[in-house]
Amino acid sequence: MVDRSSIALVVGGVSYSYAQRKALNKVSFSIESGQFTVLLGQNGAGKTTLYSLITGLYNAHAGTIRIFDHDVRNSSSEALKRLGVVFQQRTLDLDLSVRQNLHYFMALHGIKHHWAEERLKHELARMDLYEHTKERVRRLSGGQVRRVEIARALLHRPELMILDEPTVGLDIPSRQDILAHVRGLCREEGLAVLWATHLIDEVNLSDRVVILHKGRVVANGGVEEVLSETGTENIREAFGRLTGISHQEDL
Amino acid sequence: MTPIQYIRCFKGIFQREMLRFLQQQGRFFAALVRPLVWLFIFAAGFRSVLGVSIIPPYQTYIVYEVYITPGLLGMILLFNGMQTSLSMVYDREMGSMKTLLVSPFPRWFLLTSKLCAGASIAILQAYVYLLIAWFWEIETTILGYVALLPALLLSGLMLSALGLFISSMIRQLENFAGVMNFVIFPMFFASSALYPLWRLNESSTLLHDIAAYNPFTHAVELIRFALYGLVNQHSLFFVSMYGLLFLLIAVWGYNPARGILAKRK
Repeated sequence: MVDRSSIALVVGGVSYSYAQRKALNKVSFSIESGQFTVLLGQNGAGKTTLYSLITGLYNAHAGTIRIFDHDVRNSSSEALKRLGVVFQQRTLDLDLSVRQNLHYFMALHGIKHHWAEERLKHELARMDLYEHTKERVRRLSGGQVRRVEIARALLHRPELMILDEPTVGLDIPSRQDILAHVRGLCREEGLAVLWATHLIDEVNLSDRVVILHKGRVVANGGVEEVLSETGTENIREAFGRLTGISHQEDL
Repeated sequence: MTPIQYIRCFKGIFQREMLRFLQQQGRFFAALVRPLVWLFIFAAGFRSVLGVSIIPPYQTYIVYEVYITPGLLGMILLFNGMQTSLSMVYDREMGSMKTLLVSPFPRWFLLTSKLCAGASIAILQAYVYLLIAWFWEIETTILGYVALLPALLLSGLMLSALGLFISSMIRQLENFAGVMNFVIFPMFFASSALYPLWRLNESSTLLHDIAAYNPFTHAVELIRFALYGLVNQHSLFFVSMYGLLFLLIAVWGYNPARGILAKRK
């Protein structure tokens, strides 16, 4: 029996449509503290829509989403306090410095200036970005911007972090660095992570995986569990069997 | 969330808007040039054409430059309100709007804070305009300058709230040009900014009636009376009501249940 408080995210029967097109159809899964869960799906599978629902940018047309037992819709403040987000689209203000961006974010969470400065130092140092504190975001590389966004998402000490295609457009070493860092946060700090991607090589054997296809969950569980259920040897084959899509490098 | 956290959040939003504003100093001067051109060229040219009779709050004959000064202060607020709208659409396209909207503070509070920050910038511009106008011998009493502050704040908030609502209706940045044609110009010209309402009535009763309910007319009249240390209660009522209405529909426009952001998809 899992301790109720350790369930970080519950997505229960969530549906959402854009006009006639159903983007999500009765999507259900949950994530526990310390778990690294990969939300795997092609472009257009519904990953970004799901993230918009989890963050409260849209309201689900059916179903519920709870973050540490707080309903995103009815108790959004409590839910959002515990949530760190890295959106697919870059959301830093390019004309402000890294420090100005991070202080703005912490103000949006009501964090005291003194503590904010400490948190900023801590998170940027962890990402090897402290020397860039005063630099304008516009002058940073794509990988550095992503790392600043991850550092920012952790400033208010969230217990759940959701990242939407965080490594798209980055070179292989930057991708591996970011993945290793976030996996480390799960292991060492008990952070629950939902990592949306269409890059199949980002899935490890030890991860949990939720495969989203055309707005439906077609697999949900540990990677080994999914492999044994589908009778396949790797996640690429499993994905192909579950979705009927055969593919190459990326989905 | 505690009251002190609300203050921190407001401060953070305010500081960000100020930082952005300081980085766009060209915007500050451009916003000043516009009303000054109207004052120095348009008003000077029309001085002899447009006679203004003695109407409250004026107690004597005034020159045309004095008459249109409240209208030009309103123009600063109006353009700034639309600038708020433009920056909201830009923030949404660039993604930084999401950072604001996933804050745990209530959405109405976040949006109102942004409005207050935008209105404060407009007030600063308005006072700099008055300083320049002072050298042109367009001046009022100390009481007038002080009484002007709440009038500018209220009118600025009302026009920024209108801008915010418009931003929730605009699909893309490119559509903003339409706002110029369909919002700014009709609001400005169909108001008491350039000519008193009784003058409009002589030409067209319909136009007079439209101007009488135009929110911009009431902003201008509130400012006009405040410059003389007076309160135009009729306009105060309209500006407050319009402000509240625009804010409500703007918050509604950004409500996830309505899915205005979702509609961008």
